[in-house]
Amino acid sequence: MTLRMPEPRREILAQRADIVRALKSMVPGEGVIDTADQMRAYETDGLTAYRQMPMVVVLPETVEQVAAVLSYCSERQIKVVPRGSGTSLSGGALPLADGVLLAMGKFNRILDIDFDNRTVTAQPGVTNLAITRAVEGKGFYYAPDPSSQIACSIGGNVAENAGGVHCLKYGLTTNNLLGLEMVLISGEIVRLGGKHLDSEGYDLMGLMTGSEGLLGVITEVTVRILTKPDGARAMLIGFQSNEAAGQCVADVISAGIIPGGMEMMDRPAIQAVEEFVGAGYPLDAQALLIVELDGPAVEVDQLIERVHAIAKKNEANSIRVSTNENERLLFWAGRKAAFPAAGRISPDYLCMDGTIPRRELPQVLNGLEQLSLQYGLRVANVFHAGDGNLHPLILYDANKAEELDRAERFGADILRLCVKHGGVLTGEHGVGVEKRDLMPEMFSPIDLVQQQRVKCAFDVGGLLNPGKVFPTLHRCAELGRMHVHRGEVAFPKIPRF
Amino acid sequence: MATLKPRSTADIEATIQDTAARNESLEVVGMGSKRAIGRPSEATDVLDLAYIAGVESYEPEELVLSARAATPVAEISEALAARGQMLAFEPPDFSQLLGTGRGSIAGVFASNLSGPRRIKAGAARDFILGFSGVNGRGESFRAGGRVVKNVTGYDLSKLMCGSWGTLAVMTQVTLKVLPAPETEVSVGIAGLSHELAVRAMSEALKSSAEVSGATYVPRPSAETGAPVSQTVLRLEGIAASVKARAEMLRGLLSTHGEISQLDEQRSKHFWSGIRDAAPLADLREDYVWRLSVPPTRSFQVMADIAKAIDVNYYCDWGGGLIWLAVAPHPEARADVIRSALAPSGGHATLIRAPANVRRSVAVFEPQPQALAELTRRVKLSFDPARVLSRSRMYEGM
Repeated sequence: MTLRMPEPRREILAQRADIVRALKSMVPGEGVIDTADQMRAYETDGLTAYRQMPMVVVLPETVEQVAAVLSYCSERQIKVVPRGSGTSLSGGALPLADGVLLAMGKFNRILDIDFDNRTVTAQPGVTNLAITRAVEGKGFYYAPDPSSQIACSIGGNVAENAGGVHCLKYGLTTNNLLGLEMVLISGEIVRLGGKHLDSEGYDLMGLMTGSEGLLGVITEVTVRILTKPDGARAMLIGFQSNEAAGQCVADVISAGIIPGGMEMMDRPAIQAVEEFVGAGYPLDAQALLIVELDGPAVEVDQLIERVHAIAKKNEANSIRVSTNENERLLFWAGRKAAFPAAGRISPDYLCMDGTIPRRELPQVLNGLEQLSLQYGLRVANVFHAGDGNLHPLILYDANKAEELDRAERFGADILRLCVKHGGVLTGEHGVGVEKRDLMPEMFSPIDLVQQQRVKCAFDVGGLLNPGKVFPTLHRCAELGRMHVHRGEVAFPKIPRF
Repeated sequence: MATLKPRSTADIEATIQDTAARNESLEVVGMGSKRAIGRPSEATDVLDLAYIAGVESYEPEELVLSARAATPVAEISEALAARGQMLAFEPPDFSQLLGTGRGSIAGVFASNLSGPRRIKAGAARDFILGFSGVNGRGESFRAGGRVVKNVTGYDLSKLMCGSWGTLAVMTQVTLKVLPAPETEVSVGIAGLSHELAVRAMSEALKSSAEVSGATYVPRPSAETGAPVSQTVLRLEGIAASVKARAEMLRGLLSTHGEISQLDEQRSKHFWSGIRDAAPLADLREDYVWRLSVPPTRSFQVMADIAKAIDVNYYCDWGGGLIWLAVAPHPEARADVIRSALAPSGGHATLIRAPANVRRSVAVFEPQPQALAELTRRVKLSFDPARVLSRSRMYEGM
């Protein structure tokens, strides 16, 4: 698969031996990897359709080393791609041929657990799940739970603003973050926030969250932890149509109920999952909702009654309520296995990630069906229904000529469909390289220019993770001179990569 | 000084471009409720957004509302209440503290001030989904969207929050709303010291009682009607759940002292007072600070301050937010307060003081050099000629 990335600079590649030597002096021991065999592990991330060997991989262990590497790269105008665990589904950590890949895996320690202030401070390479594991003994957990939580790093979660099935009630990474330490490309170390709330000054922590490694390298993270709810029960509700399931979701929210999780699957997803996991999903349903209510037992019981009534009103044809913890986990097991289940019924799949206003769901699903026929590729849908985040899985076979290309064009059309219905290109997976060239579908030239000017405030040389997020690269001086007339920049025809 | 009242985005663009060309500055005003917060304006003209007002759309089943910048918060809250919904972050009403009011919706985000429910629901910045605005070059742009889950491009909406009008003129905002709780009660303990109160609040916040407000009011006041300190915890939700959790809290806190309960009506009244700094409202002459600290450090910070000066104060956010009143003083006692804060981390904002004091004292917490420089570059990336609310946050910027 070809993807246009910034042209590698020959003068940088020519200095490779010197650069490797210099990096080895800054990060001693095993901290610099420069052989092709060893670098192979870093040539791709969760978006495996794209691969690129980096110029060199650096694995720093201290913030001082990160600062030294960045400051060196900044002086020499060498590009840097930061990487956490490499689980990005949008190619956020795709290396550059003339770039240093800065892998943060050795930053793997939890630094502080403070139950009284309900915070955990961790190095960025600590996995999402490890934070919960460290505090669950005392009845706490870290709320954002992306499906890759066993592997993905907390630093990567911040860079991508990771979500998960519980963010409807408990928020995304950005809503659970209290403090950050980061290193700018200049090598300067900046600390934001801490154990207190709402640091004044510009909300640079909010800006950093979801900035996809383009603004700074995160070296420390402080998050808030929550007390586990007293209990949780899940409901499995089958519907005769996507419309009925969609209406049920809207009615639950309108009734003032914010479930701990509210997930939806369409018929192809139900079939694939049930065959794989045997979670007891209703095979006759056109759409399935999993609704989880959590809190004190008396509250959970009442809310389940209310949701039950709403489901009945929307002509649910099956309703099951978990009666014990094992059953609740079984209900979820199917949903959590949706991606591998898709992998069983198809050699390859592409996972898309648009968000739409909830009420647009039936129309968007109809549009999806038509596109599926048009492109001749099957699609299964799993959907964070509560917050409108849609994950269509496009099934294809990479061994068949043209199928990946067709799948990608299908995917792009799905995202255009989301934007057309008032939604956005990506809900939680990030823009990366995958959705980069679709950004103009959602933003005007000036919207993008303003974002790139912000980038310049952090990284005037454009050295941190270039080629991601933005479809065109401008020099900062050029962005500063740009004038906008009637919503158009003076030279909108600039070539893309 | 002229007051310019644009009627359209095009008017705003033209006004900004014209002001930039003259190297002058505009004070950006929604309803003016928080105009007296920040360094005094150095602007030549006022950009008054009064006509850029009105709710554009409200979709209760989507939990989303869009409004033009100067839409009164009161109007929005009323529309939400009619559908059983609310602004969950409880923006304060400055009628008592500053003699103004609740202000405009864009002003609420520009100041990112949140009330007691902050500890459970999040801050104003957690509820903005997108906005349209005009930057300091007079260019209209937008960021974010109308959906909660959105990582498409930088989160410039959050950057607007707490920027006090210095980055862009917001013309329209889209925000997330939440269902209002069906009922609430509060559980109180009388007579605790600050140190013990923080411990009690911490225990409550660590429990699964889902506390949505945790305050300590040390001073006897008309507001609480109590002759001794009051530590009060709020529980919200459906009636049966609130009742069960109140019982749980009573059990948990029984060792701390005698426990009383405020019913729904009294609880609502009490918490609006905590939200609006009412416990300090009768200290008319005093200067008022707002400090954010790690909750368990709150006692130590106050002890250090009280060693040097006489103060009145109360805490919200389980101890993490301190509202502090000091007698008039040319530097508003900034050095005492900020040096007490330094070992704990956090910040202090001067919320109420005369203009001459706000000119000579750093209203917002001074930043370390690298952060200050980064802040300056971010400002210039939106507003290179420093047209918008120049010097309101930091001198010269």
